[in-house]
Amino acid sequence: MADTTTGAATGHAMATHAPTGHGAHGHHPRLQHHFYSMEQQLEASTLGMWVFLVTEIMFFGGLFMAYIVYRTMYPLAWVESSRELNVLMGGTNTAVLICSSLTMVLAVRCAQVGSRKGLVTSLIATILLGSVFLVVKFFEYKAKFAHGLVPGPYWDPHAVAADGTLQRITLPFGSEIFFALYFIMTGIHAAHMIVGIGLMTVILVMSAKGRFSAEYYNPVEISGLYWHFVDIVWIFLFPLLYLLGYHLGNVG
Amino acid sequence: MSTPDTERHSYLDAPYGLKAWLLTKDHKRIAMLYLMSITVFFAIGGMFAAGIRIELLTPKGDFVTADLYNKLFTMHGIVMIFFFLIPSIPATLGNFLIPIMCGTKDLAFPRINLLSWYLYVAGGVILLSVVAMGGVDTGWTFYTPYSSTASITNVSLAATGAFVAGFSSILTGFNFIVTIHRMRAPGLTWFRLPLFVWAHYATSLVMILGTPVVAITLTLIVAERTLHLGIFDPRVGGDPVLFQHLFWFYSHPAVYIMILPGMGVMSELVSAMSRKQVFGYSFVAFSSLAIAVIGFLVWGHHLFVSSQSAYAGLVFSIITMLVAVPSAVKTFNWAATMYKGSVSWESPTFWVVGFMGLFAIGGLTGLFLATMGLDIALHDTYFVVAHFHYIMVGGAIMAFMGGLHFWWPKMTGRMFNETFAKISAVLVFLGFNLTFFPQFILGYMGMPRRYYAYPDEFQVLNVASSLGASILALGYLLPAIYFTYSLVKGKAAPANPWGAKGLEWTIPSPPPTFNFDRDVVVTEPAYDYNPSREVHVG
Amino acid sequence: MSTAHIVPVRTYVAVWVTLLVLTLTTSWAASYDFGFLNTAIALGIAVTKASLVVIFFMGVRYNTPLTKVVVVAGFFWLFILFGLGMSDYMTRDWIGVPGR
Repeated sequence: MADTTTGAATGHAMATHAPTGHGAHGHHPRLQHHFYSMEQQLEASTLGMWVFLVTEIMFFGGLFMAYIVYRTMYPLAWVESSRELNVLMGGTNTAVLICSSLTMVLAVRCAQVGSRKGLVTSLIATILLGSVFLVVKFFEYKAKFAHGLVPGPYWDPHAVAADGTLQRITLPFGSEIFFALYFIMTGIHAAHMIVGIGLMTVILVMSAKGRFSAEYYNPVEISGLYWHFVDIVWIFLFPLLYLLGYHLGNVG
Repeated sequence: MSTPDTERHSYLDAPYGLKAWLLTKDHKRIAMLYLMSITVFFAIGGMFAAGIRIELLTPKGDFVTADLYNKLFTMHGIVMIFFFLIPSIPATLGNFLIPIMCGTKDLAFPRINLLSWYLYVAGGVILLSVVAMGGVDTGWTFYTPYSSTASITNVSLAATGAFVAGFSSILTGFNFIVTIHRMRAPGLTWFRLPLFVWAHYATSLVMILGTPVVAITLTLIVAERTLHLGIFDPRVGGDPVLFQHLFWFYSHPAVYIMILPGMGVMSELVSAMSRKQVFGYSFVAFSSLAIAVIGFLVWGHHLFVSSQSAYAGLVFSIITMLVAVPSAVKTFNWAATMYKGSVSWESPTFWVVGFMGLFAIGGLTGLFLATMGLDIALHDTYFVVAHFHYIMVGGAIMAFMGGLHFWWPKMTGRMFNETFAKISAVLVFLGFNLTFFPQFILGYMGMPRRYYAYPDEFQVLNVASSLGASILALGYLLPAIYFTYSLVKGKAAPANPWGAKGLEWTIPSPPPTFNFDRDVVVTEPAYDYNPSREVHVG
Repeated sequence: MSTAHIVPVRTYVAVWVTLLVLTLTTSWAASYDFGFLNTAIALGIAVTKASLVVIFFMGVRYNTPLTKVVVVAGFFWLFILFGLGMSDYMTRDWIGVPGR
């Protein structure tokens, strides 16, 4: 072929053996054409997912930056507003997500050992736990709305007083920002959870159809990485949002 | 080969049909799709610029209203930065060449590559709808609290458009990183890679680490406007300067996204046009990484006259001086490459030489602005406008044009008219200088940016600037014509019209769909122009 | 995959239990007033929990050095944002001029 001559002329030696192609290595049906081995493909997808997670770290990072700046500016507002959050719900959600991370990693392990039933069961458990998280979140938000703790035109903080009735309260200056950050941070986190549940559902359907095996389970593994990341974000959100004023007593 | 091989189809021919193009996974086709889209946005951004320069012909605000002028410079900035400069070289030349330069069949994630193009188009559609609905007037910098509370224009939609385009660039960057790390051909070590690849690797690092921060910042603006979740509103305790910190944390590194690929193109062109190994290869390679990393540490120089602390400003000022060093290293090394090289004065060389001069001026004027004391006088004047246009237009766009000319035969299989190409390079150089050099003087004399009216004594320079802009526009119009003409009537291109070294020149023009006929094994260093002589490899 | 490390289930369960215990610990610690130490404890526990998830659940323990660098780089970049950004806010009062 003319290529060999031009190859030599420009100084890059081209291998003169015939293309190794796919057939020569018993090419796996899930191996994409531009990769030369399943191992390279898995390494590339894992690296790719981590690079994507780095972008997610920076995405949430902007919010944490805002949190740090405003907490330094309004320490009292931060403590007082945090007391209005429900530590029991927040803590339960933390535990729920930790359990879902366990079921997620067990799902990947089942895929690794080729156990389809285990994989499907673990995925269902993960999805259920994720949904529990969202349900608890829904009730949490509902309570915030009922207490007028939504920044903007409807900002009218109330709290349940000692006698059980809803009383108007005054929160320190800066509390509106705390709650804006609360809603944005947990809201974007919840959006990521929803995407995660959607992703897991797709993986579940694929698993049930037997698309994965001990040789090929990339999608399960990299979706798992995403799921764990969403868990990690919550691991930081919980103490930073909910536990600040806990030593003064929790009102929410 | 002087005639295209008709027995084997190139990536342009097969598979046929619109659907085959719109659902392609071929990085080369995606590069062409990007090329067409960014050209459209370049034209749109150029029209906004025309509106600005026409208004500035006269001292009074008589061509457009103040509000409309605000929208013109805002849309010019948003379109040119997010929809032209950031994708330009990476998404066109980068997408096309990186797999080939790595000796592989495609990028790591071809479908995500296609997705990135669709996201770009979606962002573009959103932006065009903003234009149709009257535009945005906040400046491309979206400063709060004007953008988050007071502005009555379509800020949320514009922010969304920029967000979507940003996500597109994240996907491009992430694809490049994985490809360059994991898919290089056997024997292709990091230090045998073309410097074009190093530059794009560094660019991708910036895309990955910086873009998400502007994404969340734009999201916060949308949240404040639509849901009244006021983070930047001073009335509830918000700090507008926090917005500036978050915005510029990305937007400063973004300018390195815009220039680094151009520097990569420069390394290729300088070496090929001088028939010489790039002087100080490893210095140039590491300088790309240095620019990417140090570039993240300087954003506060945009906040010198905000209420940012003077001590923080001091730190940012010093580091900004440092970031000029790697760029200078590159410029000296390119000059050293050309020295005693066998320089051929074909059209890419014109763009190369233009870049080196204009980028040097742009970079040096950046040092003026890095000095806190001087910046107090120069901030928000035309000095700043001239500085960044020297880098972005005199630098990045010249490099893009040079690269486009250099690799056009490879990408399209056609030769273009050399004479017209040289004329357009000269026109662009002259037009550019006439447009922007007066702006240094105007800024120094105190003319503020983003104003539609100015004192009478500034008129002469403004008229010169607008005249230059018309010549510049002509200089950009010419390639549109002769490139299009070449597609229809151009001579068929050989595999290596410039006699350059590099994997891309070993395959046909245009290349076949899977790039290489056989597995690539690399045994020579990059730019191996004089293998018999002892060559200084930096 | 012949190169995959199959981690025993009991390792995962052990990590899971540790995470739950740490969650209880951080809540318990927060209910007392240790002054500025509260933040340090809370962040320390959060970082520990996150590290456990990254190393064991996400399998970074068995990943290539490149992946480990990517993980570290991501968090390091965050500290650039926090650090240099806060350098502004922490030094604003130093000059002694009102508003600067």
